[in-house]
Amino acid sequence: MTETITKPALIDGSRLITEACVQAGASVFVGYPITPANLLYSYANRRYQVMMAAPDEITTLQWMSGYAALGKIPVTATSFPGYALMVESINMAQMMELPMVIILVQRLGPATGTATAGANGDLNVIHGTISGGFQLPTFCISNFDDCWRLSAKAVHTAARLRTPVVLLTSKEMVMTQMSYDLSRLEDIEKVEIKGFEGENYLPYQANGSHVPAFLPVNQKLHQVRLTASTHNKAGILQNTTPEALDNTRRLKTKVDTGTEVVFDYDKQEGADALVIAFDITAQAAREAIVRMREKGTKAALLVLKTLFPIPEKYVQLASGYGKVVVAEENLDGQYRRLLFGPYHDHRIKGVNVMGRMVKPEEIMEAVESNG
Amino acid sequence: MDNTFLIDSRDLPFCKGCGHSSVAQMTEKALAKLGYHPLDVIMVTDIGCHGIIDKSLRTHTVHGLHGRSVAIAGGIAHGLGKKSGKKVIVFLGDGGATIGLQHILIAAHHNFPMTVVVHNNMLYGMTGGQPSEYTPDGFNTPTAPNRSSAGSLDIVQLAEAAGAGYVSRVAGIGDFSAEMAEAIAYEGFSLVEVMEICPSYGVKSNPGMKLRQLMDETGYLATKKVKTPIHADHPAYEGYNQSLISDKLLVEQLFTHRMTKPTVRILLAGSAGEGTQSAAEFLARVAMCNGLQASKKGHYPVTVGVGFSAAEVILSTGTIYYSGGTKPDFMLITSADGLDYARPHLAQAESSATVLIDESLPLPETKAKLIQLPLRAAAGVRNAAMMSIFRWADVSQLLDSQSFIDEYQRGKLAAKVPVETFSAK
Repeated sequence: MTETITKPALIDGSRLITEACVQAGASVFVGYPITPANLLYSYANRRYQVMMAAPDEITTLQWMSGYAALGKIPVTATSFPGYALMVESINMAQMMELPMVIILVQRLGPATGTATAGANGDLNVIHGTISGGFQLPTFCISNFDDCWRLSAKAVHTAARLRTPVVLLTSKEMVMTQMSYDLSRLEDIEKVEIKGFEGENYLPYQANGSHVPAFLPVNQKLHQVRLTASTHNKAGILQNTTPEALDNTRRLKTKVDTGTEVVFDYDKQEGADALVIAFDITAQAAREAIVRMREKGTKAALLVLKTLFPIPEKYVQLASGYGKVVVAEENLDGQYRRLLFGPYHDHRIKGVNVMGRMVKPEEIMEAVESNG
Repeated sequence: MDNTFLIDSRDLPFCKGCGHSSVAQMTEKALAKLGYHPLDVIMVTDIGCHGIIDKSLRTHTVHGLHGRSVAIAGGIAHGLGKKSGKKVIVFLGDGGATIGLQHILIAAHHNFPMTVVVHNNMLYGMTGGQPSEYTPDGFNTPTAPNRSSAGSLDIVQLAEAAGAGYVSRVAGIGDFSAEMAEAIAYEGFSLVEVMEICPSYGVKSNPGMKLRQLMDETGYLATKKVKTPIHADHPAYEGYNQSLISDKLLVEQLFTHRMTKPTVRILLAGSAGEGTQSAAEFLARVAMCNGLQASKKGHYPVTVGVGFSAAEVILSTGTIYYSGGTKPDFMLITSADGLDYARPHLAQAESSATVLIDESLPLPETKAKLIQLPLRAAAGVRNAAMMSIFRWADVSQLLDSQSFIDEYQRGKLAAKVPVETFSAK
């Protein structure tokens, strides 16, 4: 399991995330102080073309939306208490179809909980962020490679789909320093939001991919209307006209069909057990898999990276196994219940801990135990 | 395209007699006087009756959340800067100015180039006439028919106190386009409060009351205060194009480790302010100089300067996946806080584990081998954690001793605390 490292550095995930977002095309960071997202704020201060220190979380999302209306891709980093305050404004940005990335660094709740302890406690919050059951594309970082690749993907997805995107992570992923081979960092394509070209612009007239063409509010070729209320293609407030409701439905279709499904699936011939994990817990799962295979226990690993909209593919893959172990750093398996339903299923096992990281041994025990 | 601000200034969506129509018409007149093209204007409206003007506008329009219009407009205005030739105008009501008061103060404080027009009809008109923070004493509303309040806030004074360069209050009757034009032309943040009486709820609840009479009686007098505008934008930040990833981060492998097992775990347990986190990072870096892989995970309470500060360092000959703590092979305990933190680990430790503990601390119950050392006294408490790393180097003999000295000399601390401070006595 030793890989040759050609460019070793001792770094943290926040550095990779920040650099990847900027290289992918994000140029504005709006931040306010919250643990454990502080490192992202510090790096942002050095690296984004525009850095705004907001007085609170609602202002953060609103300032981001203002910048997005000018064709910029803004980023912020927060944790649950901040995210909770942002929710109405995230709904606004989703309805206005403004691109932005919200990095959610999970910590132990409820409420202020323990700011310096990690967790995977916000799955249901993200799943339910948008009123009406719409989803925000949500990518979850499982290691330093993902800090780079998924951060870029989050920015690209926000721009391509004109939507807020959640980049999900947690305390240990963004604060722990690890040796990392910088030669693993691939080039990142810089995205630029292309403006509408043509005549008769309607701000919410969608193209084949269900995404309307964008124009910023600082050009004078066509009138732009951005609104958070139910609206027609022209962006004019409507009650519940068929055109306006179709437009609202399109927001779901756009994200459901346009969000790339990203995961790592490490099969093993003859394995009847599948371990499912994401976020920092994926690292414990990777170690558990290596150790189990060393001693002859067969098991496959599915690391989830696209969490929302929930990919049907995950359930399909899991259906081929007699035993599925889902490991999460939360009280009772939030994502497991979203994937497989809230009721007992003898085939599905949860490994759940609160206030600390899931240990590889705990995953191994769940795979290897009878029942 | 027609160059007027309103699609039809005679056909506005408000109740008969509503001052909101007048605000829209006066704004149009002001913009025309100043020579703005409609698409050089970004109109940001709030939630409330005034916000339905949106569809009647030929400008760009942004219609967001209740109370948040000034904040989203702030993002736009900051992005445009003062020399864009564009104009950001916010329309909001006294309800929105109540909900979003902080946004107004912050926008004024930052001098965002925009004009905020508060339509103060002294109640929430869209939801049935509830009082706002700007409803004056003696003005009745349907939900507060015999109002006795703590008095109202004065948005003009508040904005001025927050740093607004231009503030004014006008009665929303007659031709106030000159006042609107002056506010819109101001380079920087400006706010105009337009006083109105809601024809649907205000008139019914206050029969016979006249606007000018109300303004006189309540002290809501027409006013204007103007400061010399600051023309320049904040200077742009120039350092942003330096990548955070560079060869400066690389750790050179110049030494060879002597580890015989694949993984060694070290727990540093000390107090905040005594260098625990930086010492742990130093150890991880030294291990990499010796060809190992390393991780360093911090653990501390939310307080910054007090309480425990702990770090788990993993040294490995292979890839590290799980960076969490399991049983440490070594524990470096430098303070009483650290000892308390480490107690569960000490209790579970096996005889193969080694503990370096400051000589001033009571010896804990543990199967691990205990070594008492002057970690705090030898070089001062601020260097206690670093001292424990150098002593660990001697005791463990896992890494090249010269690598500690070389790596230390490369760090910032070397200029303040010479490396000899940490040599074995």
